[in-house]
Amino acid sequence: MNIEKILLEHSATPSRREFLKTSGMLVVGVSAAAVVGPFVAGAGAQDAARGLYPDPDYHQLDSWIVIHEDNTATFYVGKTDCGQGTGTAFRQMMSDELDVAYDKTTCIMGTTDITVDQGGSGGSDAIQTDGWPMRRVAAEARRVLLEMASQRLGVPVAGLAVSNAVISVTADPSKKVTYGELIGGRKFNVALTGANIDATTGIAKVKPVQELRMVGQSPQRYDIPAKVDGSNKWAVDVKLPGMVHARNVKPPVAGAKLVSIDESSVRNLPGFVKVVSKGNYVAVVFEREEQAIAGARQLKVNWQKPATQPFPKSDDLFTYMRGAMPTSKPAPTMIGNPDAAFASAAKVVEAEYEVPFQGHTAIGPAHATADPSNGQLTIYSNDMKSYGMRNGVAQFLGMPRERVRVVWMDGPQGYGRTAADDAGFEAAYLATELARPVRMQWMRSEEQAWDTKGPAFVVKIRGALDAQGNLAALDYTARSCDYNHLGYNEPDTVLIAQLMGKRRAMPAAGNSAFPNEMYAIPHRRTALEVVGLPLIWETPLRTGNLRDPNGPQSTFASESFIDEMAAAAKADPLEFRMRMLTASTDDDNGFRRARSIAVLKAAAEKYGWQPRPAPNAQRARGDVLTGRGVSYTYRNQTIVAEIAEVEVNRRTGRVWVKRLVCAHDCGLVVNPEGLRRTIEGGMLHSISRALYEEVAFDTEKVLSVDWVSHPTLTHLDAPAQIDVVLVNGDPNPNRPDLPHYGAGETSCKPMIAAVANAIFDATGVRMRRVPFRKERVLAALNAANA
Amino acid sequence: MNITLRVNGRAHTVDVEPATPLLYILRNDLGLQGPRFGCGLGQCGACTVIVNGAAVRSCITPTSSVRGDVTTLEGLSQNGRLHPLQQAWIDEQVPQCGFCQNGQIMTAKAMLDKNPRPTDDQIRQGMAGILCRCMTYYRIQAAIKRAAGRNV
Repeated sequence: MNIEKILLEHSATPSRREFLKTSGMLVVGVSAAAVVGPFVAGAGAQDAARGLYPDPDYHQLDSWIVIHEDNTATFYVGKTDCGQGTGTAFRQMMSDELDVAYDKTTCIMGTTDITVDQGGSGGSDAIQTDGWPMRRVAAEARRVLLEMASQRLGVPVAGLAVSNAVISVTADPSKKVTYGELIGGRKFNVALTGANIDATTGIAKVKPVQELRMVGQSPQRYDIPAKVDGSNKWAVDVKLPGMVHARNVKPPVAGAKLVSIDESSVRNLPGFVKVVSKGNYVAVVFEREEQAIAGARQLKVNWQKPATQPFPKSDDLFTYMRGAMPTSKPAPTMIGNPDAAFASAAKVVEAEYEVPFQGHTAIGPAHATADPSNGQLTIYSNDMKSYGMRNGVAQFLGMPRERVRVVWMDGPQGYGRTAADDAGFEAAYLATELARPVRMQWMRSEEQAWDTKGPAFVVKIRGALDAQGNLAALDYTARSCDYNHLGYNEPDTVLIAQLMGKRRAMPAAGNSAFPNEMYAIPHRRTALEVVGLPLIWETPLRTGNLRDPNGPQSTFASESFIDEMAAAAKADPLEFRMRMLTASTDDDNGFRRARSIAVLKAAAEKYGWQPRPAPNAQRARGDVLTGRGVSYTYRNQTIVAEIAEVEVNRRTGRVWVKRLVCAHDCGLVVNPEGLRRTIEGGMLHSISRALYEEVAFDTEKVLSVDWVSHPTLTHLDAPAQIDVVLVNGDPNPNRPDLPHYGAGETSCKPMIAAVANAIFDATGVRMRRVPFRKERVLAALNAANA
Repeated sequence: MNITLRVNGRAHTVDVEPATPLLYILRNDLGLQGPRFGCGLGQCGACTVIVNGAAVRSCITPTSSVRGDVTTLEGLSQNGRLHPLQQAWIDEQVPQCGFCQNGQIMTAKAMLDKNPRPTDDQIRQGMAGILCRCMTYYRIQAAIKRAAGRNV
């Protein structure tokens, strides 16, 4: 969103609220010059006591769509964008249904007092789930406008046509009226129905796919120009009158207790405002940012180490996990009779796969700014779940919800339960303690060490080949280290709450993960187990959702193992997979299966896949070995097949993913170019996880505290070529109600396995432990040659 | 101590501790939003500005050590016209979240000013120290080639 729009919308916020609350004229464009600061909404004092920020009512059309007098439209949606361009996609979908030109629309997202609560981001549901009420309310607005035009023009609706927000009489196109003339600046006052926000609907039906015009095109993302010319206003850029800067002082070792603080160590530093502490939570507040950084470093705090060791060191993590008593271990899921199948197998293969803790480690550490002016609380945050933050902070501080709002702004990548949650609560707490605006900014070492982690996994799989070389039985046990998995913005699990000693009675059970494929394997035993570390509170090794929470881990194991079985059967790995996918369309599983076949075929065709078993017997004898690997999975109804081509340097162990192919079926595609980039980003994110990312720790603290001790993918690793094939494998591809499925996470899932399978093809060495850093690859190559 | 900085063609005098990293002066005193805090360690490049033609990590550059003209992302466009790199970034639709792209663009600018026709390998090496956690490297490299007038 460009800055003028933000200024306009935020300065107009009280008007927007009045507009939603009462009938009457919308005063758009309170002069930006009249606003004290860019984000200060001059709220009326008479409203302050009862709370300035009630919830927009999603059962009112006016909460979603405003038509302006100049015949443009603004869409207000309850989503946020982690950088995939969802706002552009929402505008495409809604402008199509409303019949207004795309470039005459704007989209406002994620600010809790002016947009309905669609939950922000999460679960790749923006297009798949939330896109539907957006389409329906836009269709309803069009219907209402047609009825208004019918009265104005004295012609039945059936005799009217709509184009670009102009309604004309079909029989006499000179008779016409614009949307702006019909309702510009005024309210619809139309009630919507639906049991919940996802089900929100009016009377009108959405258009059949064949009548959508902007959907399927690739308008450029509207937010990108301001992100490349420096004008974008990010959450880190918020500045408020009287604002001070805060930095946390975290316990130096996990589970340490605060004994005492020597405030005299910082009291005489320039800009000192306050040391705030409660329980084991400690922060310093200074007038200037660099002063706060210096103060946090210099504050002398006496900590007492915990009596018991909080966790094993990272080198011992998997041994610990194997030996730990599960915190949950439900009965395995059984299909057929796996024991009998293994007993009569021609060949049995067994393997174990390990994935360490991996972090979000956003490029910008967690941050938020909170303003306690006027008895209210405004938090400026990039948290992808702004609505949840509003509710959580209100509970945490014991404030009425109506006095708390979160203004969502752009920030560094989200992709799950990041520390943006924690920073928002910290800023809110400090702002209310100091009674002035506070900007909280985590440092890099905090982000690396204390950001929530994707759970570590140990996956053990056994497979049985029958005499014909078919996979007859699969015995899969995935054990994750995920006990006390953190939810989003929970007032009894955010870090500041933990450090203050607040505990929820029952820690979250955590999750392990099934393989997601449609293979017809007649006998299966699938077991999911969760274990926990000794210390589950006040620990930097806290787990939370990381992009497709457990899919990259479980799919690494399951799709690597399918490759191992193909190699054991001396079969081409792609052909081996296809053999287990029998097309059928009579149920949902068959529907997924048909589309699985379609993406695997499309990927193979794009790559130019020549069938042969792995490893490549013809591989070169020089220092650099080349191999290819395939992997496939689904997430909800989105199906992905990926092929990685790698070069492995057997002198250094370095792996370069040189070429990528992705065939991706997410149903109706709203913005193909935006989708391609989202898919590319997802694949490369998982290549970073495959090759580099691992949280290292000793028995009391995290040792990965910067980009040297916690490396990530760099420009040196960029593939030379990426091909993304957008597939519509629907058995009825031209159906008028073709659904739009999610795409934010699926491409992450199969990538680690594709890389491992390609390394095997190149070298004959199977990498079963993530990440495949060059030292580990070299050691594996040397061990294989020994 | 009073320090005078020349930033995007304009002189500014600020009264700060001389060791204060340039980043905080640019952001908090001069109101610039292009350079961003990413690590404070000179490891990620999100804070990159150009000083006398060289890409510099403003998060570890003491303000008192700055000699010469500082250019930030805001200073790249001339007379309302985007720099070719900025236009290439839009044409290629490079960013995902976009938080790191300041450092990507500024480093590419300094690189192309010295070497207008870099090879693929020179681009990789020249950009290697600028991290992107949305992993948009492939599109960044395409945009640099586009701005350098190479067929992509």
